[in-house]
Amino acid sequence: MLDGVAALLRRLGRQCIGAVWRLGYASRFFLFVLLRSGTSFRRFRLVIKEIYFAGVLSLIIIIVSGLFVGMVLGLQGYETLQKYGSAEAVGTLVALSLTRELGPVVAALLFASRAGSAMTAEIGLMKATEQISAMEMMAVDPIARVVGPRFWGGLISMPLLAAMFSAVGVFGGYLIAVVLIGVDQGAFWSQMQGAVDFRNDIINGVIKSVVFGVAVTAIALFEGYDAPPTAEGVSRATTRTVVTSSLAILGLDFVLTALMFRGA
Amino acid sequence: MENLVEIKDVSFAYDVRPVLKGINMVVPRGKVVSIMGLSGCGKTTLLRLIGGSLKPTRGEVRVAGQAIHELGRQELYEMRRKMGMLFQFGALFTDMSTFDNVAFQMREHTDLPESMIRDLTLMKLDAVGLRGAHHLMPSELSGGMARRVALARAVALDPMLIMYDEPFAGLDPISLSVIGDLIRHLNDALGATSIVVTHDVQESLKIVDYVYFMAEGVVVTHGTPEDIRNSKAPFVHQFVWGEMDGPVPFHYSGAGIAQELGLERAHA
Repeated sequence: MLDGVAALLRRLGRQCIGAVWRLGYASRFFLFVLLRSGTSFRRFRLVIKEIYFAGVLSLIIIIVSGLFVGMVLGLQGYETLQKYGSAEAVGTLVALSLTRELGPVVAALLFASRAGSAMTAEIGLMKATEQISAMEMMAVDPIARVVGPRFWGGLISMPLLAAMFSAVGVFGGYLIAVVLIGVDQGAFWSQMQGAVDFRNDIINGVIKSVVFGVAVTAIALFEGYDAPPTAEGVSRATTRTVVTSSLAILGLDFVLTALMFRGA
Repeated sequence: MENLVEIKDVSFAYDVRPVLKGINMVVPRGKVVSIMGLSGCGKTTLLRLIGGSLKPTRGEVRVAGQAIHELGRQELYEMRRKMGMLFQFGALFTDMSTFDNVAFQMREHTDLPESMIRDLTLMKLDAVGLRGAHHLMPSELSGGMARRVALARAVALDPMLIMYDEPFAGLDPISLSVIGDLIRHLNDALGATSIVVTHDVQESLKIVDYVYFMAEGVVVTHGTPEDIRNSKAPFVHQFVWGEMDGPVPFHYSGAGIAQELGLERAHA
C-alpha cells in the first residue's frame, strides 16, 4: 500500500519536474528566437515567404468561417433584439462581438489548426530528415534561418487574418440582417459606427490578435523543433500544437478581456 | 604527413550508455579514410564529434590543430564553413530546387553576385553529372541523384574536410559505383580530406586509402584496404566476407529455444 503511494508520488513528481523543465526549455527557445531575429529583418523576403504560407494560404478558411460566423450572429442577434424592439442594433452586436472577441479568438483557433499545425509538421519533418542537422553543419543557424522568419511571418499574419475575419463577419451580418431580413440599412451602419470605439474595441482586438499570434506561432515552432525525429513524434507534436494553442488562446483571451474591458 | 583530424582517447556516452570508449584515430591531409563497423557501433557519433554537434565526455577531437569541443559558437561555425558533410539520405532541403540547394551555402556565407553563384553552382552540379537537373525539386530526383546533389552541395564551398555518413546506403549498383568514384575524384580534385563512414565493405575498399574498423565503441583494427582484405582477425574476416556466424552471432542472446517453447517442462 505504502509502496504504491510512494510510486504514485514519485511519478507525479517526475511529471511535474518534466513539465517545469519543458516550460523552461520552451522559454529559452523563445528567447533564442527573439535574439537571433536579425536575419529575419535583414532578409525580409524570407519573412514575406512565410507570410504567404501562414497568412495568404489561410485566407480561404478565414473568409468562409468569418462569413458564416457573421451570418449566424446576424440571425441570432436579430431574433433576440427584435423581442425588445431594437432590431436595428443588430449591426452593433455583430460588430462588437467580432472586433472584441470572435474575430481574434476564432481567427486564432483557425490559424492554429491550419498554419500552426503545418509549421510544426514542416519543422518536425525537417528535423526527421536531417535537414536541420545539415543546416547546422553548413554553419547556418536553423533558429535564425528557419524558425525566426516563420515566427515573424506568423506574428504579422495573425492580426491581418483577424481583421479580415471581422470585416467579412460584419458583411455576413449585413447580408442576413439587411438584405435577407430587411433591417434598415442606415440604422444598421450608423448604430454600428456610433457604438464601436476605435481605441477600446478595434485596437484592443488587434492587441489580442497579436498576443494570440505570438502564442500560437511560438508553440507551433517549439513543438516542431522539439519533436522526436520519427513519424509518431511529428504526429504527436502536431496534435500538441493544436491542443496547447487552443487552450492558450482561450486562457489568454480571458486574461486580456479582464484587463481590457473591466467596467468598459 | 600532417594530420588534418586527430582523435585522442575519445569517449562519449548518451546519458549513461557508453558509445565510444577511448578512440584514437588520425586522418592525414589529402587522404580518404573509411570508418567501418556494424550499425550502432558509434561511427556516426564519431562524425558528429568531429563536426562539433556533440562534445566528448573524455579526450579531444582536433581538426586543423583546433580542439573542436573548446570552440565557441562563432568559432565552431567558422570551422564548419571549412567542412562539408553528406548525410545518409542526402538531407536536401525539400522546399528548394536542386540549384537552390547547391547554391544555399554560397548565398548564406558569401557576398558573391548572383551571376557568379549561378556559374559556380552549375559547375558543381556538372562535376556530379547533374547540371541538366538543376531545375528539378528533390522529390523529382531518384535516390542516387539526390545523393549526388547532396555531394555537390557538400563541396559547394570547396571544404578542406568532407565527411560522408553512409553514402552508399540504399543505392543501386550503378549509383553506388558512381558515388564511390565521385568521392575519390572530388577529394583529389579539390585537394580535400575525406572521412567515409560506411558498412559497405567492397565499394569503400576500392576507393579509400586507410580503414579503421570499429566494434562496440573501440577501434578493433586499422590498416590499408589490402591489410583489411587479408586480415585474419575473426571479426574483420566475418565483416569483410559477410559470413553469417562468427564473433557477431546470428542469434540475439536470450533464453534457449527449448525453454522458450516450454519443451523442458514437458520432458521433466
